[in-house]
Amino acid sequence: MIGEAVAFYVLAAITLASGVVVATSPNLMHSAIALVPTLLGVTGIYILLNAEFVAGIQVLIYAGGITVLILFVIMLTEGGTGLRVRQRNEQVAIAAAVSAAVAALFIALAGRTPWAQGAGTLPSYTPGAIGQNFLGPNLLLFEGTSVVLLVTLVGAILIARKEAGE
Amino acid sequence: MITLTHYLVLSALLFALGLYAALSRRNAVAMLMGIELMLNAANINLVAFNKYAAPGAIQGQIFALIVITLAACEAAVGLALILAAYRRFETTYVDDLNLMKW
Amino acid sequence: MPWYVEALRAVVGTIVIFSAVAVVAAMFGVLLERKVSGWIQSRIGPTHVGPRGLLQTLADTIKLLQKEHVVPGNADPAIFASAVVIVPLAALLDYVVVPFGTTRWGPLVFRDLNIGVLYFAATSSLIVVGILMAGWGSNNKYALLGGLRSAAQMVSYEIPIGLVLITVALLAGSLSTVTIVTVQSHLWFIASQPVSFLIFLAAATAEVNRAPFDLVEAESELVAGYFSEYTGMRFALFQLGEYGEMFAMAALAVTLFLGGWHGPVLPSVVWFLIKLYALIFVFMWVRWTFPRFRIDQLLNFSWKFLIPLALLNLVVTAFFVMVVRR
Repeated sequence: MIGEAVAFYVLAAITLASGVVVATSPNLMHSAIALVPTLLGVTGIYILLNAEFVAGIQVLIYAGGITVLILFVIMLTEGGTGLRVRQRNEQVAIAAAVSAAVAALFIALAGRTPWAQGAGTLPSYTPGAIGQNFLGPNLLLFEGTSVVLLVTLVGAILIARKEAGE
Repeated sequence: MITLTHYLVLSALLFALGLYAALSRRNAVAMLMGIELMLNAANINLVAFNKYAAPGAIQGQIFALIVITLAACEAAVGLALILAAYRRFETTYVDDLNLMKW
Repeated sequence: MPWYVEALRAVVGTIVIFSAVAVVAAMFGVLLERKVSGWIQSRIGPTHVGPRGLLQTLADTIKLLQKEHVVPGNADPAIFASAVVIVPLAALLDYVVVPFGTTRWGPLVFRDLNIGVLYFAATSSLIVVGILMAGWGSNNKYALLGGLRSAAQMVSYEIPIGLVLITVALLAGSLSTVTIVTVQSHLWFIASQPVSFLIFLAAATAEVNRAPFDLVEAESELVAGYFSEYTGMRFALFQLGEYGEMFAMAALAVTLFLGGWHGPVLPSVVWFLIKLYALIFVFMWVRWTFPRFRIDQLLNFSWKFLIPLALLNLVVTAFFVMVVRR
């Protein structure tokens, strides 16, 4: 119990502190690199919630794939060299107000609703249960996602390649 | 000790950070990073509800997996678009990408 | 167990893994490399320090420790310093799920995660971020180019490794490394999955940037690639990360294909080490035999040859498991 609380607060602190660096740092490279501890903190939260397979996939895809993709694009475009340019636009005050209002609304909602405790227990071997679910009740979802992945693969290559003759 | 409300508060704060990044940054890649933070916050919500409110079903984790996959797709296509825009206009700052403004 | 006992176990385990990998992988590995390369090239290798040159790496480490610590002028100090931590850390995290043997009380593994091989793939993919940070933080065109190429190579070769891991997990029925080893007590997977073994060896060689896939860090190509600007102890830590990752990939190949710790007479840990060093010898043998690939040949090899082959292998194995066995 106490261990879980300690782990939760440490992970939440890591996630939120790195999230603040991602959102507000004037150095674009620092923002991108701070995305890694944020995603690893979220991975820890998933492990606390007994979702080990989702945690493994999160590290593999988010921290190992999407972060690398973002760093590549920053280094290939001017985001890496234009470090002296200001990174905030003129909507900073409105953005801060809106974000604070949204957060306050969600926190108030979460605090006031009496959430009911559900019935049943979590499966002990989550990869097996997830696999059975994907090939059972959620088969259409699985196949649809593979079509989306195929379209994304073809589309991203088509959009990003150099035009012939350029 | 740690109830559902703790996770919901964490996810709300992370969502607000992502929203702030998406609204107040000039670089297109930084806006995309804000969008990724918002998707992660939604995922934390899904998995937390799975554990506390409906532990018999595994739907929350399935949904979170699908969201991670689609976030990867969206990041790939978004970054490809940013690369193509950079090649054409020599800029990644969304203030300057205003060709379609009348 | 109470949480402080678990935390203490984690700290002690971390220290043990770090020291074991630092001594065995980095020190003996580098020494083994020099002796094996000397033997293949018909010369002796280092013999001065210690009996038959066995203390050579100790002398090298002492030399590296007392070198001047240089940071390039315009480099970003935070990113330059944190890259040094991330690469060896991700390499050392791989060892958490490798089973080294079995004792009376159970398998000798730091933590038998039920997502074992997925965890291994995930921590190997964290090294790429460290390499990109090292390439960028050095403020050096060659380092940046080396970092980008190395990251592209490692990301491309993670996919065949992932497909091979899925194939083996399919055969064993579980993602846990201990279960995969236990299932092989009668027949090692190398006999039923030779293609997977070869794909894994090729992809693992590329994943740790070793020859013939080491274009990004060969001295004649890009100075030293992404760690050109690192001196002294930081260079030693990068080497620790690389050799540690090579040993981790070899340990995983032993676990997945060569039956882990199964063997007739000797204790299980000794069999594991024998098989591990046999695979390390194969890695080093390949390094000193083949010439290097060009970067576009390297990436073509992964995307156009290894991935279709691994997918075909997965489909055939899945057909065999689901249709023929039922």
